[in-house]
Amino acid sequence: MPNARDLVAIRALIASHKRWDMLFGVVGLVALMIGVLTFVALFADMAIDGIPRLNWDFLTSFPSRKPAQAGILSAWVGTALVMLVTAFFAVPLGVAAGLYLEEYAPKNWMTDIIEINITNLAGVPSIVYGLLALGLFVYQFGLGHSVLAAGLTLALLILPVVIVATREAIRSIPQGIREGAYALGGTQWQVCKDHIIPYSMPGILTGVIIGMARAIGETAPIITIGALTFIAFLPAPPLKLEPPFVSFDWLFSGFTVMPIQMFNWTSRPEAAFLQNAAAAGFVLVIMTLAMNGFAIYLRYRLRKNIKW
Amino acid sequence: MKLKYAVQALALAGVVVVAQSAHAQLVKIDGSSTVYPISEAVAEEFQKAKKGAIKVTVGISGTGGGFKKFCRGETDVSDASRPISAREMKACGEAGIKYIELPVAFDALTVVINPKNTWIKELKVEELKKMWEPGAQGKVTTWNQVNPAWPNAPLKLFGPGADSGTFDYFTDAINGKEKASRGDFTASEDDNVLVQGVSRDVNALGYFGLAYYVENKDKLMAAPIVNKGASKAVAPSLETVMDGSYQPLARPIFIYVSDRSMNRPEVKEFIEYYLRHAPTLVKEVGYVPLSAQHYSQALKNFSSKKLGTGFGGKNEVGVRVEELLAREGKL
Repeated sequence: MPNARDLVAIRALIASHKRWDMLFGVVGLVALMIGVLTFVALFADMAIDGIPRLNWDFLTSFPSRKPAQAGILSAWVGTALVMLVTAFFAVPLGVAAGLYLEEYAPKNWMTDIIEINITNLAGVPSIVYGLLALGLFVYQFGLGHSVLAAGLTLALLILPVVIVATREAIRSIPQGIREGAYALGGTQWQVCKDHIIPYSMPGILTGVIIGMARAIGETAPIITIGALTFIAFLPAPPLKLEPPFVSFDWLFSGFTVMPIQMFNWTSRPEAAFLQNAAAAGFVLVIMTLAMNGFAIYLRYRLRKNIKW
Repeated sequence: MKLKYAVQALALAGVVVVAQSAHAQLVKIDGSSTVYPISEAVAEEFQKAKKGAIKVTVGISGTGGGFKKFCRGETDVSDASRPISAREMKACGEAGIKYIELPVAFDALTVVINPKNTWIKELKVEELKKMWEPGAQGKVTTWNQVNPAWPNAPLKLFGPGADSGTFDYFTDAINGKEKASRGDFTASEDDNVLVQGVSRDVNALGYFGLAYYVENKDKLMAAPIVNKGASKAVAPSLETVMDGSYQPLARPIFIYVSDRSMNRPEVKEFIEYYLRHAPTLVKEVGYVPLSAQHYSQALKNFSSKKLGTGFGGKNEVGVRVEELLAREGKL
């Protein structure tokens, strides 16, 4: 008889554990749904308002006082160029800094302080970066209210995210890989170049995605450094027909970005401008998804090359 | 590596962008968001008329932010929903920037109520003051506290946030001091939120620019205003604002042009275009144009380089444009 009683007690125990298991599953699902459904609801609302307004003209026209003729050409080109500059500076700087901190830097109180600072920087409000950039890039370095200044500002903003992601990715590489490479006589740089960087690249790209997605929607720091609102021409093209064939004039051009154009339209009295804002928002989300899709594709290709 | 393809793809994207080049002349405008729609409309038409030979950019950094850039010599034209302040005059003076002040349109504030509101036929400035003055905070909460003839219903107030030029002007015109207002009302920088708020509550009252009322006439009612010392109520409309009878809630708004920029032919041409086409374009974007004489006088002031502001560094309620244009300018 005592056996049967034990069995009952054990079954009760298992059942109670299973209940907890289920409970957590439900809580987790609810937590996930709160995030997903909020996004879906917002996105659907915007898509319903905006999609009827979307057409080729909307993408290839400059802003206008007439809502039906207004387009987002200068805004999406501005956003694309600023993002290009941001990625160009943030990714190499962030990866190099993360690599140095993980692989080269001695572990002492100095590196601890730097570590804490970088983590804190990730939480600094973006407007603070805008004010810093206004003083430093726009006036001190004389870059003006330009694409370059905006790209550098956003690069600063996402640098902590890239650094932290790089370090996490590097830490997940097994110690044996390094030791194996050193045992074969590799220098520290060879180990980094041939093993650490390739293996950590997928993780780094995840950090870059998060950072760039944050940067593309930023408005406050971009307004602070003096982005325009109405601009009916594009920056100078990067390539030209006469030597030296490349031109960097576009870096110093005035610009506007998608969030600023959207914000301006939402504050107009005419209801048709609200529709334009929704359509622009829809395009901005698509741009973000495309950017992320590209990074995810790269990550997938790079992961396939890792053979351990 | 696959990354190489990515770089190649980006380079290719760059080639596709190759289109226009030719270095064009540039006119830079920045400043108030209130004046922005007008400057945008003029810039758009002007660039079309010039076929891209002269480029115009317009930014929004607020009247104050605009003057900061203007007095550093970064912009050619500054949009302003209020006259230049004494401090800004000093900053411009120190930088050696002289300027000309040109009124370009009227901005009329509208006091709006719900269309189902039956008790308001007109509003006295004194009554508005009773509702909005700082002392009313927490005390004046029902309509009959303002006027015993009105119902004992909660008074729901809507207005723009403290950062807006509309707020500054309304508080100055009604309460007698800029930024002096009760704080317990529903404030939003987005005027569309105010429109919704008033249109959904029969006990609501709010104020914002005339353009927002014109766009939402079906949902709102504009209250006629009785000025201090006046006996008749005046409803806001194109005519009453233009002839100066809708007071004290109508004000001129301005552009300031730097004298250095004025000497550049493209800026001169742009400003002349601005003042010539303002009567139609201003109306199109929902503002009230000045009279034809005002614009021609402004053009005269511009061509004779009549520098300085007619205000001397402080705002005035109920200023008349023809008198303002004739005033001696101060720098």
